[in-house]
Amino acid sequence: MTNSSSNTTVEMTGPRGAKPKRALSPRNIMIYGVLLVVACYYLLPLYVMIATSLKGMPEIRLGNIFAPPVDITFEPWVKAWSQACTGLNCEGLSRGFWNSVRILIPSVAISILIASVNGYALANWKFKGAEVFFTILIFGAFIPYQIMIYPMVIFLRELGLFGKLGGLVLVHTVFGMPILTLLFRNYFTSLPEELFKAARVDGAGFWGIYFRIMLPMSIPIFVVAMILQVTGIWNDFLFGVIYTKPDAYPMTVQLNNIVNSVQGVKEYNVNMAATLLTGVVPLVIYFASGKLFVRGIAAGAVKG
Amino acid sequence: MTSVSIKNLDLNFGSVKVLKQLNLEIDHGEFLVLLGASGCGKSTLLNCIAGLLEVSDGQIHINDKNVTWEEPSDRGIGMVFQSYALYPQMTVKGNLSFGLKNARVPKDEIESRVARAAEILQIEPLLHRKPAALSGGQRQRVAIGRALVRDVDVFLFDEPLSNLDAKLRADLRVEIKRLHQKLHNTMIYVTHDQVEAMTLADRIAIMKEGLIQQLDSPAEIYNRPVNKYVADFIGSPSMNFLDGDMSTKGKFKTGGTEIDLGNYEFVDGPIGAPVWFGFRPEHVIVGEAATSQPFSTKVVAEIVEPMGSDTLVWTSIENQPFRVRVDGQASIKTGDEFLLGFDPARASIFDKENELRV
Amino acid sequence: MAQSTRPNRLFRNLNAKIAALPMIATALVVFIGFTVWTIVHSFTKSKLLPKLDFVGFAQYERLWGTRRWLVSIENLAFYGISSLVFSLTIGFLLACLLDQKIRFENTFRTIILYPFALSFIVTGLVWQWILNPEFGVQNIVRSLGFSEFVFDPLYNADVVIFGILIAGLWQGTGFIMVIMLAGLRGIDQEIWKASRIDGIPSWKTYIFVVIPMMRPVFITALVLIAAGIVKVYDLVVAQTNGGPGNASEVPAKYVYDMMFKNQNLGQGFAASTVMLLSVLVILIPWAYLEFGGRKGDK
Repeated sequence: MTNSSSNTTVEMTGPRGAKPKRALSPRNIMIYGVLLVVACYYLLPLYVMIATSLKGMPEIRLGNIFAPPVDITFEPWVKAWSQACTGLNCEGLSRGFWNSVRILIPSVAISILIASVNGYALANWKFKGAEVFFTILIFGAFIPYQIMIYPMVIFLRELGLFGKLGGLVLVHTVFGMPILTLLFRNYFTSLPEELFKAARVDGAGFWGIYFRIMLPMSIPIFVVAMILQVTGIWNDFLFGVIYTKPDAYPMTVQLNNIVNSVQGVKEYNVNMAATLLTGVVPLVIYFASGKLFVRGIAAGAVKG
Repeated sequence: MTSVSIKNLDLNFGSVKVLKQLNLEIDHGEFLVLLGASGCGKSTLLNCIAGLLEVSDGQIHINDKNVTWEEPSDRGIGMVFQSYALYPQMTVKGNLSFGLKNARVPKDEIESRVARAAEILQIEPLLHRKPAALSGGQRQRVAIGRALVRDVDVFLFDEPLSNLDAKLRADLRVEIKRLHQKLHNTMIYVTHDQVEAMTLADRIAIMKEGLIQQLDSPAEIYNRPVNKYVADFIGSPSMNFLDGDMSTKGKFKTGGTEIDLGNYEFVDGPIGAPVWFGFRPEHVIVGEAATSQPFSTKVVAEIVEPMGSDTLVWTSIENQPFRVRVDGQASIKTGDEFLLGFDPARASIFDKENELRV
Repeated sequence: MAQSTRPNRLFRNLNAKIAALPMIATALVVFIGFTVWTIVHSFTKSKLLPKLDFVGFAQYERLWGTRRWLVSIENLAFYGISSLVFSLTIGFLLACLLDQKIRFENTFRTIILYPFALSFIVTGLVWQWILNPEFGVQNIVRSLGFSEFVFDPLYNADVVIFGILIAGLWQGTGFIMVIMLAGLRGIDQEIWKASRIDGIPSWKTYIFVVIPMMRPVFITALVLIAAGIVKVYDLVVAQTNGGPGNASEVPAKYVYDMMFKNQNLGQGFAASTVMLLSVLVILIPWAYLEFGGRKGDK
């Protein structure tokens, strides 16, 4: 009866429906124009790296760095990977790459394991003083590493780990702990507390709840933590240069030594290929992880 | 005279049709409530009227002017939001005057409008405070004030009381009613709370899936719901429905029970088909008085829920649950057998096929 | 009696305490212990090896009398302030642009953020190449006919820090933009609706309503940038290695060189203590503002 008024069509004159919009309004031209210029600025270095790494040296000497390569050659890549020299060693970047991988895997695994248990203890099993240690830890994230690096050298030497893989893993675990613990603590706090209480009523203990309840529910945050740690550790330079010996240098350190070595003729194409090679791992992770990467850095930052 | 008129309004989000060929005419000075469950399109409709959402087709007229393409600020409306949406870094006075300053209203005019709004809403002592220092109720008054100073004919309320606790909600509800009686503007008010709708509205529009189910006065909606959805939605506790048929002309039959519909007002006369027999729990009479009703039967109290002012008794007729609302002092206990009766004239009967009132 | 059934307080939650041991050890041994150790040793005349041979403030006096350290501090101050101002402004403006319900938002965000995934070493080396006067920007502009055009920031001691700034901003603004964008998205949509009903143009809404509401986000961004700036090391090492001369030295590099190259530990300790102090100057007021007022609820 009343529906009838809803369904009859009424006469209409004048404007109706959505207001017509011009696709090329001045506002849109400005917004997209600015964004395009900005995007070019951000993409330029990546393009220059790629273009340069595919040119031969003669072409580089003659042309300009923004010109696309005419004679595409992959020789600089091969050279960077297997022949580039640091000092007397001419094995190329591949050695640094494998060193980095060897550092990366245990560092990521151990730091995440420890931090997740820490975060879980802080979120669900609060004990007296826990917050104090946590506050110190968070403050620690802002303390310049420089003030802690030398005592760490002594500490590692005492443990017999200085210059060894284990030492560097320990360093990454320690210095990655603040941000990771924060990440996990916040995540576990956001899970419904009733779940934890129900598990306790059912008689599950500290480890039982962690492995059977919390861990299966936390896969996304573990992925975020992994992204954070893989990029962070792969990109590390300072710890690598301090706590490892030259034949165990990670890729970043070796790259810097190759490119900034003062001996010999500068081979810019090889340098750029080497730079790209070093950047490839974090870039692949970045492009593959998409939103999770953003979530990781935002989670680390906004609640910092 | 029409204040707001909506003509053949369509709104699609991608392929989802949120509003479908909707027509609505609202009179000057009318208090119209858009009521419905969440996702029914009521807030969407309000946002379309405000110009905050662009419609896909159709027109919106406010004060006989086609405003379909106008900016929200040029439509002659004021709006109050659920989250208050006060500018947190400005004082109350700053909040009230920000829009006016921007529209280059002369300074003394701003002063007088702010003073008038503050007086009406009794927020004068708060003018120099910031929203963070106000209670929820005070914030919502300021939000209403921001609509008030705009000096417009149409006020839009988007669930304005939903963030308040029950007591404040009741207070502010009366406040809004008083405001309407004083100002006589058109008010369009969105809510999912049927008490707000019943108490405030001149007319209620009940919406479901982008369509208006019924547009009527609160009394009409309560007494003569047009379909089963409306009948079920309005009223607390909600209406009882007995499943049966009217194959015998003028009689409702469920199991072995027959109810004579002699004094029921049919829309188009009785039909011979399966129907729902709806009856409100509060219209049932119990005890000795039940025998004087056109229909009465003996039932057993299965569950008794005392609520103070009244008591809800769960029982069943022909194995179908049937609730009865009785006086809080009534002495029915679980397991008691008692007599209930009612007048089928107050029933609502719906065709089982299309769920429309018969 | 009640006493006897009550377990020893130390052993309550024992598993949780064991699980938290790495954190407790890190907090106490590394963050506090190591820091105190370094501060104490900054008052000694340690050279090749640390030793407790106290000399009062002599290391600090020497530090502030060293030309290279003064240049480092000057560079850090300039780099710090410029990078704060530029990253906050550019980051916010870009976030606003991306917040305009534009198409390809994800694409633009991905492009602007990707440098943040790269290391400072990679960043420094790329920009070293682009800013190379023989082949890079200067060469190109010259070949367009402006033969007198000069743009060689990495080889000019006066402006070298700008060269580093360009690279640093390229790497880090995307991050600030993402934080700002999260902040903008966190603003109640009804605020925007209210301002449209009030007829406020959106640029005015940004300035008078949104920016004041985003104060905590700005402060967080500021603290993050500031804490990052003090640590700037890799970028300089890769891009200029402190050159030309000492023109682009920074404190973190001074510390490293003193400790591990010049065998002058005392200087390194003193310099790193000064770095710590400068961070605390920023950190303590912020922590006080952020957590001081409502201690105990978190």
